[in-house]
Amino acid sequence: MTAGMPAETAREAPAPPLRRFELAPVRGVWRHEFALYKRYWRSQSFAAIVEPTFFLLAFGYGFGSLMAVIGDYRYIDFVGTGVVGTAALFTSVFPGMFNSYIRRVYQHTYDAMLATPVDVHELLAGEVLWIAAKSAIYSCTPLLVAMAFGLDPSAGMLLVPLIAFATAFGFGLFGIWASTVVPSINSFDYVITGVVTPLFLVAGTFFPVTTLPGWAQAVSLANPLYHCVELVRHAVFGLRPLTDLGHVGALLLFGALMWLLALQGMRKRLIG
Amino acid sequence: MPVEGLDDTGGQAPPAIALRGVVKRFGEVTAVNGLDLTVPAGICLGLLGANGAGKSTSMRLLTAQARADEGSIEVLGHPVPREAKRVRALMGVVPQQDNLDEELTAQENLEVFAHLYRVPRAGRRAAVDDALALAHLTGKRHTRVDALSGGMRRRLLIARGLVHRPRLVLLDEPTVGLDPQVRAELWGLIDGLRAGGTTVLMSTHYIEEAERLADDCALMSHGRVVARGAPAELIREHAGQRAVEHHGPPDRLAEIEALARAHGLPTRRTGPTVSVLRAEAITPSLADKLGDGVPRAATLEDVFVVLTGETVE
Repeated sequence: MTAGMPAETAREAPAPPLRRFELAPVRGVWRHEFALYKRYWRSQSFAAIVEPTFFLLAFGYGFGSLMAVIGDYRYIDFVGTGVVGTAALFTSVFPGMFNSYIRRVYQHTYDAMLATPVDVHELLAGEVLWIAAKSAIYSCTPLLVAMAFGLDPSAGMLLVPLIAFATAFGFGLFGIWASTVVPSINSFDYVITGVVTPLFLVAGTFFPVTTLPGWAQAVSLANPLYHCVELVRHAVFGLRPLTDLGHVGALLLFGALMWLLALQGMRKRLIG
Repeated sequence: MPVEGLDDTGGQAPPAIALRGVVKRFGEVTAVNGLDLTVPAGICLGLLGANGAGKSTSMRLLTAQARADEGSIEVLGHPVPREAKRVRALMGVVPQQDNLDEELTAQENLEVFAHLYRVPRAGRRAAVDDALALAHLTGKRHTRVDALSGGMRRRLLIARGLVHRPRLVLLDEPTVGLDPQVRAELWGLIDGLRAGGTTVLMSTHYIEEAERLADDCALMSHGRVVARGAPAELIREHAGQRAVEHHGPPDRLAEIEALARAHGLPTRRTGPTVSVLRAEAITPSLADKLGDGVPRAATLEDVFVVLTGETVE
């Protein structure tokens, strides 16, 4: 082995000075994700599509046989729209937690990337935008299933991927932040049981939060998933502009807060 | 040719690397302790030290993946960490730890890093092909990394750090854990880089590797450089030209050490032997007292042990 790469023929890289935030690292991270996705899209899609569908069918048919309507909605429509939030949660928080933990601690992928002209905030942006984009697509599956069971299509449904994207952006970051806080991968049990499950149960997915005690209703207002579920229902059945502005604001606030926490956590763990 | 748009040094080539009084602490541990190191452009500098000497931490300081508590760092004329991103675009890093993505193919690994290193779209395919050819992995481009041998993976790791043809390459223990044949292959690759004018900073704890590849060596101990120079110069200055190895029981070895030191000659103890260095200065009367020994050439390892009291492989 003798070949060398003479410095005189150095490959020309970026002409302009490097800016604080660039899209090139995001594209690089996406290239990495896409290469992995090409390999694992079947299993990822199976889990992302089938799991919320099971929820939808089990609750829709199970509870639906006991309770035909909730408020103005058929129960299966109520659940079909609610499970979009569940799908957005699951397809973002778990990749956020596990992928980032494994890549940081076991595979040292992030160490390798940060030795290139990539800063932590660009790496984080690449990872979470990929998670959110994928989640936005997968989260629409319950709506398609519900449509097969009679949910009427509406123009507002076109907003659902955007709502899922915003939700998954926040929860993906939450997962990444959690991965920087836990002492070992086994500690994710605490996060899943102690945080993810309660969030998923009191979001108005399977029953209206108005059936909960007053204090629990107040808590659900702090649950980003509740705002996602409400937005999806309103998008599908009719927007309520002022209320929905509040829901959008809550999701954006959640995303911004999680960005700050995840960035701080990643910097602490990756830069010595 | 420097990377276009990034060389704003006015045409005068600064040292590739300049560290002045750099200190890095991890809690109670001081990993780098007042490190002064200048690496001129175009040479291969071997950073030689035992495990824990601060070599890897120094490498991470250069990429700003670790932040110095004190001192200043300049790489290719740019201050680090302030312009770390620009600096990382101009250099390639080959880490000690294999952090290739095992689930991707050799080509996919390189493609990802060609993106990250900002290789323009038009030249990306060629960059990946060149890097694969450099690593002699063209025939394995579609093989997943977890199916490559240890030597192939190490070559791919080096190719990944060179995919954008950097002006400076950091090699952190490039051949650690590899068998001698693969090590020799990689030495050929590193030699080729140096011959092509790329500046190489290579940390190693293999003396032979440093002697074989480095134009200049910096011996590190406890986070600082204790000696610096070309391997031959270092040997001549600190260990002389020749050494004589004496075997014997511990009492006899202690006696030989005392005799040599009384005459101002450094010694080095290795298991059941003691080497008397600067053997060319041994007088006939001292030679009689020391008794028979086996002469050999002085080595960089002798220098390292004499200066640090530590041993390396």
